[in-house]
Amino acid sequence: MSAAHEQVPVNAPANLTAVLLVVAVTVGIGGYGLRSRSTPDFYVASRTVSPLRNAAAVSGEYLSAASYLGIAGLLATYGSTMLWYGVGYTAGYLVLLVLVAAPLRRSGAYTVSDFAEARLGSMAVRRTATVFVVLIGLLYQVPQLVGAGLALHTVLGAPAWSGTVLVTAVVLVSVITGGMRSVTLVQSVQYWLKLTALAVPALALLLVWRGVWHPGGGPAPAPVPVAHTASGHGGGQGLYSVYSLMVATFLGTMGLPHVTARFYTNPDGRAARRTTVGVLGLLGVFYLLPEVYGALGRRYAPGLAAAGRADTEVLLLPGHLVPGATGQLLTALVVAGAFAAFLSTCSGLALSVAAVLSQDLFGGDVRGFRRAAAPAVVVPCAIALLLPGSGMSVAHEVGLVFSVAASTFCPLLVLGIWWRRLTAAGAVAGMVVGGGLSAAAPTLALLGVGGCGRAGALLAEPAAWSVPAAFLTMVGVSLLTPGRVPAAASVMLARLHLPEALAAGPADRSAADGDRSSSAPVRSSRDGRR
Amino acid sequence: MADMFRRPGRLRRHAGFDGRAGQAAFEALHRASLAAPALRAGLTETSAGAAARHLRELLGAPGLAVTDTERVLAWDGAGRHHGAGAAELAGDVLAGGGSAVLKADRVWCGDLRCELREAVVAPLVVEDRVEGALLVYAPGVSAGLVRAAGEVARWTSGQLELAETHRSRTRLVEAELRALRAQISPHFSCNALTAIASLVRTDPQRARELLLDFADFTRYSFRRHGEFTTLAEEFRSIGQYLVLEQARFGDRLCIDVQAAVEVLPVAVPFLCVQPLVENAVRHGFEGGTGPGRITVLAGDVGAEAHITVEDDGAGMDPEMLRRILVSGGTSAAGGGSGGVGLGNVDARLRRVYGDAYGLVVETAPGAGTKVRLRVPKYRAGVTAPQMWPIPHSLSD
Repeated sequence: MSAAHEQVPVNAPANLTAVLLVVAVTVGIGGYGLRSRSTPDFYVASRTVSPLRNAAAVSGEYLSAASYLGIAGLLATYGSTMLWYGVGYTAGYLVLLVLVAAPLRRSGAYTVSDFAEARLGSMAVRRTATVFVVLIGLLYQVPQLVGAGLALHTVLGAPAWSGTVLVTAVVLVSVITGGMRSVTLVQSVQYWLKLTALAVPALALLLVWRGVWHPGGGPAPAPVPVAHTASGHGGGQGLYSVYSLMVATFLGTMGLPHVTARFYTNPDGRAARRTTVGVLGLLGVFYLLPEVYGALGRRYAPGLAAAGRADTEVLLLPGHLVPGATGQLLTALVVAGAFAAFLSTCSGLALSVAAVLSQDLFGGDVRGFRRAAAPAVVVPCAIALLLPGSGMSVAHEVGLVFSVAASTFCPLLVLGIWWRRLTAAGAVAGMVVGGGLSAAAPTLALLGVGGCGRAGALLAEPAAWSVPAAFLTMVGVSLLTPGRVPAAASVMLARLHLPEALAAGPADRSAADGDRSSSAPVRSSRDGRR
Repeated sequence: MADMFRRPGRLRRHAGFDGRAGQAAFEALHRASLAAPALRAGLTETSAGAAARHLRELLGAPGLAVTDTERVLAWDGAGRHHGAGAAELAGDVLAGGGSAVLKADRVWCGDLRCELREAVVAPLVVEDRVEGALLVYAPGVSAGLVRAAGEVARWTSGQLELAETHRSRTRLVEAELRALRAQISPHFSCNALTAIASLVRTDPQRARELLLDFADFTRYSFRRHGEFTTLAEEFRSIGQYLVLEQARFGDRLCIDVQAAVEVLPVAVPFLCVQPLVENAVRHGFEGGTGPGRITVLAGDVGAEAHITVEDDGAGMDPEMLRRILVSGGTSAAGGGSGGVGLGNVDARLRRVYGDAYGLVVETAPGAGTKVRLRVPKYRAGVTAPQMWPIPHSLSD
């Protein structure tokens, strides 16, 4: 079985072209958003990003290897329980929309560290938050880089390290030469690229499955009977794992550093909400697709899951079901999408980590930022190269990073925005407890502590108890230190929750009205002329 | 081994702050340093209230009051009922005397348990004006207490003078900002209006648009409130300014304005880029006759926005530029009119973001000028009010 997959794929040149094309797009397209402006375009220059484009950028940065490769692999291996991954990765934005999006934008914060400082006025909270931003940013990149190695090995037969190094190099270049490139544009293009790259082959696969299309000339390939049923995900522990996963993904999204940074691009709280709604729509569409690959993979190629290579399901299935040149083309398309996923997520994370590092560690000038970019990219690369293949799914590893985010930043953001009596001491204690538990437990589980029983499951999927523990600690310690509620807490909460126009006061509104009435006709005439 | 442990102790014995006198001096300095931050805010009820406790402990008196020229600002210690009469007791000192010692006939309330029987009143003098008084109550006034009260009053006056200096420095920067706003109009508006006038008959539509640009531009520049704005608005204003300048200079002025959309929502000090652009046009271009090029770029670099304003005009002598920047925008050393803008922007950026965020200028005579500024995307206390809805790109 495995020998069939170890051979060097026949369509290596096409796949290589696809990879290089995506790299070129990632590095090259950013300059387009900043093309030289002739005089009448000044108004365009001072316009901000529309919520839809911003939503595409957020989605583009967010859809990582876990979504692109991992979910389909888990579905093929474990079946329908794993649908919760897709649901959870999307539903996180619903929680973000309802509880966090607009107030977070109104706080003016670029990173969660900024929010912590703005809300609690304490450098201790800021530093604690920074540590976890860096930790989450670095850990999140590791599965992406491992996935890149796996993908390049699968489709080109190249050694696994080459994919990791390639992605690291491209990310390093694009982060260091960033600055004058429009990241938002790059990321929004990456979303549409990923969607297309997954949707077109999925459509072809569905046609083959229904017997509408016979690419090989013959009848549709016969389904391979499922030979195994996954263990460890059934019964009560399975149910616990699902709940833990739901907690981690629902509450972890808001704490991801690259998501927060992308929300900063919204001009105001209202736009932040509209962006989130857009993200929900775009992700909802995208997450229909991995299910197709997962279901068809379970039907036609269950051998991959058995061989512990479920993450390659998406990459190999089109070539498996559609023979010939068409199949090669579809494979190349899927490969391109996969690299878009690795590159966009990694560069977004590396950028956020480098920004936080340069600000809090290197005194933040240009050279500081470049110096910070190196560890932000190279450290995850080193971990990915040194890490022995754990056989763990990309989606599962990312889920664990989500649980760290959910156990640290979710309580900080939710309580910070909705509870006046939060204190700096409470926030630090909560983050340390939640982050410590959620990071230590899976490490222990990986080392074999707890075994395969109930204790093992609790350690392997800590979110269901580490998030409540973080919340309780934060609330408890805050209540124990009532004298340290920041003096400006009420003012800050008012700023977070009032719409900008109201918060700015009546004088501004009259100015706004005056401006609109006088210049609206001009603007329309200008736009009409163009 | 034992010797090694003993040595630090022996060293400390020689140090000044180890003996009893040293301890007392240290205690006094510590008290004074606790009172100092509050006093730096000037003489108000809040600051006096925060400082009074430390001042009283510094003097070891049972009661202490701080007044301004009219009323009691703060009271600390026992016998709060004396507080009401403090302003009256201070009357003579406030009227312009030196320190005074008040005996029991004016101070004591008659209650045998009350310790406050006599008082020392010392004036608080800020810039040769009596701004308030310090009243120190005691069971009996000694010569030592009179001297101590006098010293504490003088020290307090010193702190208040520092506060005054700080306030006037802030006022100076604000006045310069106002001057900066006012400065735009006479020079620039004359030229702009002349340019528009020349278009009224040949191209009325364009003249109308330019007039509206002019109106928008001046409204933004004359905005009265708010220290901060968004980079989007600053760039919009720059756009309007350059459109108006281009109406005047035509093809001789070549303009390139680029901004990464990611940094447009960044809050920045009001008028922090626009004076630089104006400076570039005025110095880099106006004097000469040949075509000139102005480039304004705003890039997204991690947690900061980087902005450059570049012209290929006459350039500047670096030495003169250094003098302008060192003077922090006060126009005396500036000489030229553009110096005020550059120095003021530099001073305000440093005041808001710290010294690491000053302007960086590359220039030489005949080699053009490039001004770079960095603005962090987030800084505590820096928020821009939303002035009007920012239109979204219509291309989407």
